[in-house]
Amino acid sequence: MKLLISAFVSALVFGIGLGIAGMTLPAKVIGFLDITGNWDPSLAFVMVGAIAVHAVSYRLITRRTSPILTTKFQVPTRRDLDFKLLAGSFVFGIGWGLGGFCPGPALVSAITLHPAVIVFVVSMIAGIYLNHLVSKLGQKGG
Amino acid sequence: MDLGSLVQPLIGGILIGVSASMLLLLQGRVLGVSGIVGGVAIPKAGDTAWRVAALLGMLAAGGLLWLVAPETLNVTAEGPVWRYVIAGLLVGFGTQFGSGCTSGHGVCGISRLSPRSIVATLVFMAGGMITVALFRMLGGVP
Repeated sequence: MKLLISAFVSALVFGIGLGIAGMTLPAKVIGFLDITGNWDPSLAFVMVGAIAVHAVSYRLITRRTSPILTTKFQVPTRRDLDFKLLAGSFVFGIGWGLGGFCPGPALVSAITLHPAVIVFVVSMIAGIYLNHLVSKLGQKGG
Repeated sequence: MDLGSLVQPLIGGILIGVSASMLLLLQGRVLGVSGIVGGVAIPKAGDTAWRVAALLGMLAAGGLLWLVAPETLNVTAEGPVWRYVIAGLLVGFGTQFGSGCTSGHGVCGISRLSPRSIVATLVFMAGGMITVALFRMLGGVP
């Protein structure tokens, strides 16, 4: 139960942060990506603020032997670059530039029931299933 | 771009960083939205409940923002439906294939100096910027 509450509250704060940051405004996101046009770099400060806090916290927190509610840290450890990382990230970037949404802001904006958001979220889920299908096919062929 | 317009992104970013630190400290997990959504769409036994809670947290954040600061959810997303279908598909597929998005790679990954995340972030930023630039070049209004 505590795990559920802590996940809920963390995500709630996260979502509020996205809203205050302006990440939920697709026009602002595209403005940030519009380096050859009307460039609005202000969203860069979202990452600056987030990393400034989290980079320091990360070091302090992972000095502990365990998290507060669970027995171990589950942080990715891979350090290699591979085709999937590069291709997947690039494809994500294209979608982000096309729609002005990334996953978090789209979900936070869902309450507006704006058709673009709903269409995006449904399509995003379809894209997730598509990846799942592709990975399963890859397993069978390999 | 005046200094005042950087305050909100910075504060939003700080909240995002705080939320990621919360989840890490409490549960030892990375706050990566694409991982959360992917893990709900394709559930894994024993690893889904916290993701559902996080998803609900993001939706709740949307509700809260909608009530107290609806201007943060001003979705100015014009354009044909297909634009958001393709954007959603690419974001959904790409984030799974590439193992992360702006929160997982951009905030959490970079904070722990993960080479994978640093590269992923550069790549998806490039993908977004190229896409918007191309959109402009082809005469569209991004």
